[in-house]
Amino acid sequence: MGWTREDYVDRATNFGAGNDGHSTPGRLATADGGKDSLARDRFVPGRTPRRSRGVRWTRRRPRLSVPSMIAHAVNRLISLSFSLVAASLVIFALVEVVPGDPAAFMLGLNASPETVAALRAELGLDGSAPARYLSWAGGMLTGDFGTSYTYRVPVSELVAARAGVSIPLALIALLLSTSIAIPVGLAAAAGRGGAADFGLMGAAQMGIAIPNFWFAMLLVLVFAIKLGWTSAGGFPGWEAGAGPALKALALPAVALALPQAAILSRVTRSALIETLDQDYIRTARAKGLSRGGAIRRHGLPNAMIPVLTILGLQFSFLLAGAIIIENVFFLPGLGRLIFQAITQRDLVVVESVVMLLVFAVILVTFLVDIAYAAVDPRLRRGR
Amino acid sequence: MRIPASLAFGAVVGAAFLVLALVGVFWTPHDVASLDISNRVKPPSSAHWLGTDHLGRDMASMLMVGARTSIAVAVVAVGIGAALGVPLGLLAAANHGGIADDLVMRFNDLVFAFPALVVAILITAVFGASAVNAIIAIGIFNIPVFARVSRGAALPLWTLDYTRTARVAGKGAARISAEHILPNILNLLIVQGTIQFSLGILAEAALSYVGLGAQPPTPSWGRMLAESQTLIGIAPRLAILPGLAIVLMVLGLNMMGDGLRDLLDPRLRRART
Repeated sequence: MGWTREDYVDRATNFGAGNDGHSTPGRLATADGGKDSLARDRFVPGRTPRRSRGVRWTRRRPRLSVPSMIAHAVNRLISLSFSLVAASLVIFALVEVVPGDPAAFMLGLNASPETVAALRAELGLDGSAPARYLSWAGGMLTGDFGTSYTYRVPVSELVAARAGVSIPLALIALLLSTSIAIPVGLAAAAGRGGAADFGLMGAAQMGIAIPNFWFAMLLVLVFAIKLGWTSAGGFPGWEAGAGPALKALALPAVALALPQAAILSRVTRSALIETLDQDYIRTARAKGLSRGGAIRRHGLPNAMIPVLTILGLQFSFLLAGAIIIENVFFLPGLGRLIFQAITQRDLVVVESVVMLLVFAVILVTFLVDIAYAAVDPRLRRGR
Repeated sequence: MRIPASLAFGAVVGAAFLVLALVGVFWTPHDVASLDISNRVKPPSSAHWLGTDHLGRDMASMLMVGARTSIAVAVVAVGIGAALGVPLGLLAAANHGGIADDLVMRFNDLVFAFPALVVAILITAVFGASAVNAIIAIGIFNIPVFARVSRGAALPLWTLDYTRTARVAGKGAARISAEHILPNILNLLIVQGTIQFSLGILAEAALSYVGLGAQPPTPSWGRMLAESQTLIGIAPRLAILPGLAIVLMVLGLNMMGDGLRDLLDPRLRRART
């Protein structure tokens, strides 16, 4: 479920500089002060084209200047730490401060005062809120996520077991959506305005409009109930072997991947079309490269920049989307863990799993950002 | 000015659902609160145009009231996002490079770091599942979207002659934002509003599907899907109809957004001619 699809695309065209839209100008941020470095950097007048390496001279080879890379990484790392602290404060406030007494909340209305007092002591709720926050956050840093109230096991154990379902599911879906979306986007952009473009983008419109959980139900109806190819849900566990486990993840992965593939193919198409309008494509064509050749050698590599950002973002969207899909297929992943924890009012689990998911999102964004700066020197600060 | 086909399609679909939802306020073929167990899971007939569900409720009536729930949740959520996000974005643009700008952008980054669904779950976990909490959860995520769009659109306007003239004429930043900037970015905001509206419909459906949205007995498309899931082998119609309603509505809104963008965005217009 991509709640912020437009932002999604917006961030992609901003070269993943989403963390700091106004200090690292990207395509859309050119409005920020006319610092449009795009056209200038792609083709640098006055630079001697290196013809020995073919016609690649339209793209400046990124010079990996180590100091600026490190400065950028440190800068991003500071920003990442701030985000994490802010996120943990928000989560802590929502879970432990807002409901009043978390112990009473967890035990429900019929709990005796003694039980509530016992749980308060167990959870360490007698301390002040800042002290509790510090002990929770400090525990997180050392891998101690607390103990689940209902399962009576450390949350880290629960999470480790469930992540073995959710992470492979998200990865398979990511792989699937990429391998569908890029060829589709390429075909649509190559045949821009034609029947193929119209058909493929119409299908993508549909794909974006279909809720993934409904698509999942239709898949179950067709492939599990009518055709009987797979089971309608459940997970045999990796102990049962990779074959049965992957088979159980197949339908969920397809359901997760489809809407993401639709978004990604639209991004690929528009990024490609934008690069195809650039002068360097015309130059390549003028130099005798075929249309397909120009797209492959010059269009695609340049268009990959926004596409890669979206890919990084998609992992977190898939992780979150998996929460719903796991409920459709009764998969014992992190998503079901959260829901079970909510119905059992196990706030310790809810708090820690949400924090972990947010951490995953922030981390992936950070990594994409760093990878980006390595590829595209324009995004480094101070250049 | 030619009206794009996508806009026409989207507007017709959107208007049709709106009419259905509004009619549903005053009249439905059957009462959605009355159960008729002896008539459960019946195929379409003259009495029940789209058949009945597992509790014997009329599917057509349920879909009409479900449309109302979806539209109401999405409209209010978009309203929250626009009402808070647009002023924040305008403030940031007026204060470009200043502390307010920085604070607004940091707030945006923070909200974007949370997977939307996860926060919605967190909010409903703590405050209880209800349509109102779903609205709040969806609305919070609309704030940074509107802030971003209005900031980005407002920034270039501050360098134009008419804002400078207004400044020379002695108008303050707030007044310039309201009188000169806002009317000029309204087009973009309308397009964004349409898109957020469609995302709101999807989000409401997802939250209701997992039981965190509108609560029984209020019919909602998402919950209809959840309730039909166990019956999908026996009566696929129960799962297909609400799903189709969601897809059609979202598709219509998305096409309307695309069409409006073509119609209203001056840059695209110039490119076309």
